[in-house]
Amino acid sequence: MDQGLTKILEKFRVVAENPGEYARGWKKEKNLPVIGYLCSYAPEEIMLATGGLPYRIFGSGRQIKLADSHLQAYSCSLVRGAMEDVLSGHLDFLDGTVFPHTCDSIQRLSDIWRMNAGLGFHLDAVLPVKLDSDISKDYMAQVLRRFRDELEQAVGVEITDESITSAARVYNSLRQCLRTIYAVRRENDSLVSGSDLLAVTKCSMMMDRHEALDLLTEFREGLDKEMDAPVSGKKRLILAGGLCNMPDIFEVIEDSGGVIIDDDICTGSRHVDGEVDLDHDIFEALADRYVKRAVCPAKHAGLYTRGDHLMELVKSSQADGVIFLYLKFCDPHAFDYPYIKKMLDDEGIPNLLLELDDSSPTEGQFRTRCEAFVEML
Amino acid sequence: MTDQNRSSDPDREKRKIKSAKKMKEIMTEYYIEAKTAEQTGKKVAWITSGGPVEPLIAMDVIPVYPENHGAMIGASKMGVDLCEKAEQMGYSRDLCSYAMADIACAPINGGPIGGLPRPDMLVCCNNICGTVLKWYEVQARYFNVPLFILDTPICHTGFSKEAKEYVKRQLAEYFEFLEENTGRKFDFDRLEEVGKLSLEGQKMWQAVLDTTLNKPSPMSAFDAFIHLALIVTLRGTQSTVDYYKMLLDEMTERVKNGISAVPNERYRLLWDNIPIWFKTRWLSDKFASLDACLVADTYTSSWSGMMTYIDEHNFMDSLAETYTRIYLNIGVDEMAQNVLKMIDKYDVNGVVLHSNRSCKPYSLGQYDTQRIIQEKAGLPTLMIEADIVDERNFSESQIETRIDAFMEVVASR
Repeated sequence: MDQGLTKILEKFRVVAENPGEYARGWKKEKNLPVIGYLCSYAPEEIMLATGGLPYRIFGSGRQIKLADSHLQAYSCSLVRGAMEDVLSGHLDFLDGTVFPHTCDSIQRLSDIWRMNAGLGFHLDAVLPVKLDSDISKDYMAQVLRRFRDELEQAVGVEITDESITSAARVYNSLRQCLRTIYAVRRENDSLVSGSDLLAVTKCSMMMDRHEALDLLTEFREGLDKEMDAPVSGKKRLILAGGLCNMPDIFEVIEDSGGVIIDDDICTGSRHVDGEVDLDHDIFEALADRYVKRAVCPAKHAGLYTRGDHLMELVKSSQADGVIFLYLKFCDPHAFDYPYIKKMLDDEGIPNLLLELDDSSPTEGQFRTRCEAFVEML
Repeated sequence: MTDQNRSSDPDREKRKIKSAKKMKEIMTEYYIEAKTAEQTGKKVAWITSGGPVEPLIAMDVIPVYPENHGAMIGASKMGVDLCEKAEQMGYSRDLCSYAMADIACAPINGGPIGGLPRPDMLVCCNNICGTVLKWYEVQARYFNVPLFILDTPICHTGFSKEAKEYVKRQLAEYFEFLEENTGRKFDFDRLEEVGKLSLEGQKMWQAVLDTTLNKPSPMSAFDAFIHLALIVTLRGTQSTVDYYKMLLDEMTERVKNGISAVPNERYRLLWDNIPIWFKTRWLSDKFASLDACLVADTYTSSWSGMMTYIDEHNFMDSLAETYTRIYLNIGVDEMAQNVLKMIDKYDVNGVVLHSNRSCKPYSLGQYDTQRIIQEKAGLPTLMIEADIVDERNFSESQIETRIDAFMEVVASR
């Protein structure tokens, strides 16, 4: 790969490995707010319109100590990890937090966070759970309007429709760039590794979006010249599940002779999917994207929508198999698993379920299972 | 101790609630009606425990409650077997055991009543959790019947006007859904009548629960767990109102005659969360042996907590607020405030919290509630880590030791 491109990737990797340090530096330099948020349904466009930095919160994986006094052991590692980070002061650069309504665990995390985090503002964007009706879309747009008003109050900055539109324009371009990289990877699986792709998408959720867009645009343009590089010949796999914040996983899969060429995860294609129509009322347009994008299992958009979407991904990317990657205690995904697995089985598409916890080692058993799975393909 | 020994114990016999027999009859009749619906031409709808059932009653649709089914499975100790079956179907052991047991029952007509009657439609209201949404999706795929989802936004710190409008518009859709699936016009006058009966039933239920204000208390939360069945399943019917009147009379009589739930009530406790169905008798005996009566709980009272927002004269209009602002669909801090109020009202000496791994909306936040109770009410608390149905998540000896230690603290105050 061209040295320029490698350099850009290196930049993304550095930020993705320590996004907190990046956000701290950004805040110091710009003297603007950093707004934390959970989940890919958070209305980032409105947050970006404040001039601040929308910052997606993941658990950083440090040992759970303080969060144990607030959350039972049967909550997922995202919820416990985020709580641990905020209580231990590792998110002290946040000016406030935005909780979109997601699942039961994040719903309660919002309350516990509001009562204990000790950050600045706390906003709930209580989005609809049912997405496949006009009434829900109307409500979604109303929630976004209310959210704009509340965020204006919280940050003390006027947020105009125009500023949201230009923020949405940035996101459209960012998502467009990312979708192109996804398309490139489907064509040529050796150009961008899975862990590099994760670093890039993570940066699109945590880095200065203008800076990220500039870097991504340069990167994408550079990739065009690399297309004739030989493909890896590895087994083509799709990753399906919740969030993935572990670059090691991609390396284990690649070492096992597989490569993730597409995904249905919320730190991947679900975040990247869909475009905001800038020619319409901006709230209606945002609502439209949020109800139509690839759906999270905590929301409802039909009985077979998620299964059909995954089957479509398998077909369009000519995948050899699917790896389900679930966080332990993630109920919405665990409920969908049997029916989606059956759809795959019925079509003879091999699949493997991997469940991750705070303490899951990516080595050992995990590696053995990946190797056995890829060997079987 | 066998059941035979139990019934021959005169003290136990004296304390037994006599109305229970009548309730059993009503429930049996109800399940027979539901199971023979196909022959009578009535429609059956499965509905979540916090869902608006009154429109179903108004349309002569028989409501069936998978959660009540889950409780029956737990109480009859069939939970482990069914949860294991669900695991074989691919469902994770960490999922809600109500859902697991019910999902496993459907294809084999398993469980204590040979499976629930087949639904003609499903009505899922997510005011209690997001789990019911996933559970009902599973059943909608399995039975291939229409699913109506009533999406009631969580009220973390308040009920927004947007949310109110959203729920109201969905309720209009709900009525249309019922028209489509019954082939009849929606009967709004009947709904108002049913609404009045629903409110009356809730008032009577709360009056029954409030007999525990007496010292000693004529009934305990363990009794409430049993007698709750009607306000959940047949809310909005005359028979529920009549039954609770009868039960209230019996409780009033017991108070007059000095018959208490626990022979030597010295300590009064509050229970938080859904019962541990497979261990209610054991827990009841255990606390009674230590002279403690669980006089109130946050669970059974949530079916009368809805009363706050019901407008007697315009039931339909108040439905949206009533069903959105229910106990579990509010913030943890508001729930903790409710616990503090109950501590005060029922004059308790301690609080027992069931950290129920099946129910995240009820359980996550309990550690904070526990701290708030200790700080604001200065009362001892006991957290029991367990489950509603799956006995594999219950360690009897460990829990017994913790109850003993907790009661020592309660007694030392």
